[in-house]
Amino acid sequence: MRWPEWLSALTRSATEPCHYLHEQPGSAPVPAPPRGPARSAVVALAGNPNSGKTSVFNGLTGSTQHVANFPGVTVERKEGHCRFGSWSWTVLDLPGTYSLSAYSIEEIVARDVLVEERPDLVVDVLDAANLQRNLYLATQLLELGLPMVLAANMLDVAWRRGQRLDLDELGRRLGLPVVAVAGHQDRGLERLKAALAAALEAGPAALKGAAQVDFGPLVEESLAEIGAALARLEGLPRRWLALRLLEGEARAREEVARWLPDSTGLLERIAVWQARIEHESGQRVELTLAVRRHEFIQGLIEACRPVGPDPARRHRSDVTDQLLLHRWLGLPIFLFFMYLIFQLTFSLGELPMGWMETGFSALAAWVDGHWPWPAPLLKSLVLDGILGGVGGVLIFLPNIVLLFLGLTLMEDTGYMARAAFLMDRLMQRIGLHGKSFIPLLTGFGCSIPGIMGTRVLENQRDRLLTMLVLPLMSCGARLPIYLLIIPAFFPAHLHARMLFLIYSIGVLLAVGMAKLLRISVLKGEESPFVMELPPYKLPTWKSLGTQVRLRAWLYLRKAGTLILGVSILLWAMASWPPARHDAARQTELAAARAAGDAARVQVLDNQRAEEDLRASLLGRVGQALEPVMAPLGFDWRISSSLLGAFAAKELFVAQLGVVYALGETAEGSESLRRELHSRYTPLVGFCIMLFALISTPCMSTFAVTAREAGGQRWAWFQLLGLTALAWVLTFLVFQVGSALGY
Amino acid sequence: MTLAALKPGEEALILTVSGEGAIARRMADMGVVPGQHVRMLRVAPLGDPLELQVMGYHLSLRKTEALRVQVRPLEHHA
Ligand SMILES: Nc1nc2c(ncn2[C@@H]2O[C@H](COP(=O)(O)OP(=O)(O)OP(=O)(O)O)[C@@H](O)[C@H]2O)c(=O)[nH]1
Ligand SMILES: [Mg+2]
Repeated sequence: MRWPEWLSALTRSATEPCHYLHEQPGSAPVPAPPRGPARSAVVALAGNPNSGKTSVFNGLTGSTQHVANFPGVTVERKEGHCRFGSWSWTVLDLPGTYSLSAYSIEEIVARDVLVEERPDLVVDVLDAANLQRNLYLATQLLELGLPMVLAANMLDVAWRRGQRLDLDELGRRLGLPVVAVAGHQDRGLERLKAALAAALEAGPAALKGAAQVDFGPLVEESLAEIGAALARLEGLPRRWLALRLLEGEARAREEVARWLPDSTGLLERIAVWQARIEHESGQRVELTLAVRRHEFIQGLIEACRPVGPDPARRHRSDVTDQLLLHRWLGLPIFLFFMYLIFQLTFSLGELPMGWMETGFSALAAWVDGHWPWPAPLLKSLVLDGILGGVGGVLIFLPNIVLLFLGLTLMEDTGYMARAAFLMDRLMQRIGLHGKSFIPLLTGFGCSIPGIMGTRVLENQRDRLLTMLVLPLMSCGARLPIYLLIIPAFFPAHLHARMLFLIYSIGVLLAVGMAKLLRISVLKGEESPFVMELPPYKLPTWKSLGTQVRLRAWLYLRKAGTLILGVSILLWAMASWPPARHDAARQTELAAARAAGDAARVQVLDNQRAEEDLRASLLGRVGQALEPVMAPLGFDWRISSSLLGAFAAKELFVAQLGVVYALGETAEGSESLRRELHSRYTPLVGFCIMLFALISTPCMSTFAVTAREAGGQRWAWFQLLGLTALAWVLTFLVFQVGSALGY
Repeated sequence: MTLAALKPGEEALILTVSGEGAIARRMADMGVVPGQHVRMLRVAPLGDPLELQVMGYHLSLRKTEALRVQVRPLEHHA
């Protein structure tokens, strides 16, 4: 897809000729897939964060795992399958790491797979525009002693920066196969697969010729001695373990102490070596090792990069940063972007939302008019339960898609990492971290990936804190509630501003709560902030399309399963048991019908429906809640609807739809809005939004928090804390508002 | 002088990095090691963190961390 010239001039264009991919005429043909008996193997994709592992993974396995332009997108191990001739591979996508001495949870996940599971083959996905840092990990991976293939990715970026790379030379010097790929375009993958097959065929024997970092005579001598002492530990990469011991890694020491009964002598020897090395180099051992590694890599790169980057040349990404991270403009621009996302979610979504609304009303009217069976209960189920419930949620699909489109744009361009950079200082003030900001922003879409995203935080307390306040970032599922309520009570010119206000309240509360927790339950030291800022990229149409489709599909699926199921259940609860109607009204109704007094019939009908609803299970639950909820301005209808929101936030809308559809004859959410408008004041409308914003995170959030925080305790704390907060704040707003006469 | 004292646009050679533990190793893994060049790109609007260029990529650090890095400024070549 081509972008307009002026747009690609702003940053690098996403499409470029792929001459760097060996795809010019005359290059060697791609080897054919192997034939023969079926074989299987486990292939792990490793590499630095943001190097394009997931892009390659999606290309190999046909998955649609989340890809975005900031470090730390993948935080779990993901599995996929790929066939190549007679090979059947289980492909593992891993979180990115800068080295194998991992600290944050997501890095430990990657490390453990590589070190403990020991896959049959490692594919190191390299960011070719960032070779030096990427090869640093490659040298460590080599020490693991696993068959390995290098996939050089982002060659287009390197190319555009004027760097030229001799991949064959790189492969020769490292003693490893190197394949050029373009992850974002699924290119070079056939060649990569052929290289994987060949490497698996060759097995670990192929590593004999692989390069090794020379750490200098003293370190090498110590490694030889430690390695010899470890000889009894079979199946472990000895050099790698020796290096970790020399670096003084606590975990390695524990492991050795466990495996070797007489390890004390060895550990003492290691201490002696450490002292000698530190004395010789004048710095800590791990720093010495890191320096040697970097020197080795520098030599390697000089040998295989005939043209390096021109240091004086400024990239488009830098120019963009000059504006977006500007001293005075940076923060206003960020706020403007956020405002724009919510404004567009509302205003661009309004038109298609209107169409969907009209469509559903027409459908309901049609069903009502053409109902073929004399089964009023079934008719009520379809009209009130399904169309009233699910339909009321579905009409907000366009807005949801727009919201996610906005967030995806922030993620794919690379602005997300900048937001963390801009906000770090503020976050530090409340005892958090710029890096917490990325999961928090993700939370605007959905709390679940946000909570998962906290894995990038190295410090467990930071992580817990971020997780606990994350539901205050209003998620996409709460959007339908606001979209229903705002137009019902507020004039059109205030709509977008109201929405922004609600989101801002959520953010401010998150800030306040974080600070509160920081000085009470989760005291702790400040943890350092070290983060890479990736270059800006123009998102490809493909990735935008995938995101939009995925999001729309998830929303539809949720509407078609959970929301549908619970709507039917709620409809049943709201229809049963029927009230006993007194005989006087029955006769009056019959009389009015006979007299043709339509207005009177309507009134009596509505009264009857109302009584039925009150007598129903749902009505009783709602009324039982009334004493607690009345001080917030909520009657039993709203209270019972808020209860359903725990299963899924959209259910509030669905349930109000059912409740009012049952009590009414007209259909459609416009009439639901009119109904709300006629029954409640704008203050109550605002209180509904406020309560829905803060209270009870949904069921799935509860479950994920329990898992990620390492115990239900924290999930309960979050659930009860937020609900209490919601109650108190809504109470204050309603009481003060009422006293002021709103 | 320390890394934190560099002005935007200035380039320097890293001499020593002090400190221990996870963060020191993390910085070393990301290329903040003696012998590397760094360039200060900018300071965030609120005064912290810093944005640096190391090994050809952009790295962001807080001033607290930058204070542990001793550097020698290089001649400015325009
Ligand atoms: N220009 C360019 N962009 C690429 C290429 N491959 C991937 N990308 C983009 O690079 C960014 C990072 O890609 P991911 O696949 O999410 O990277 P990852 O290694 O899985 O990242 P983490 O999960 O954070 O470790 C995305 O914006 C991709 O669209 C490539 O060859 N060229
Ligand atoms: Mg990934």
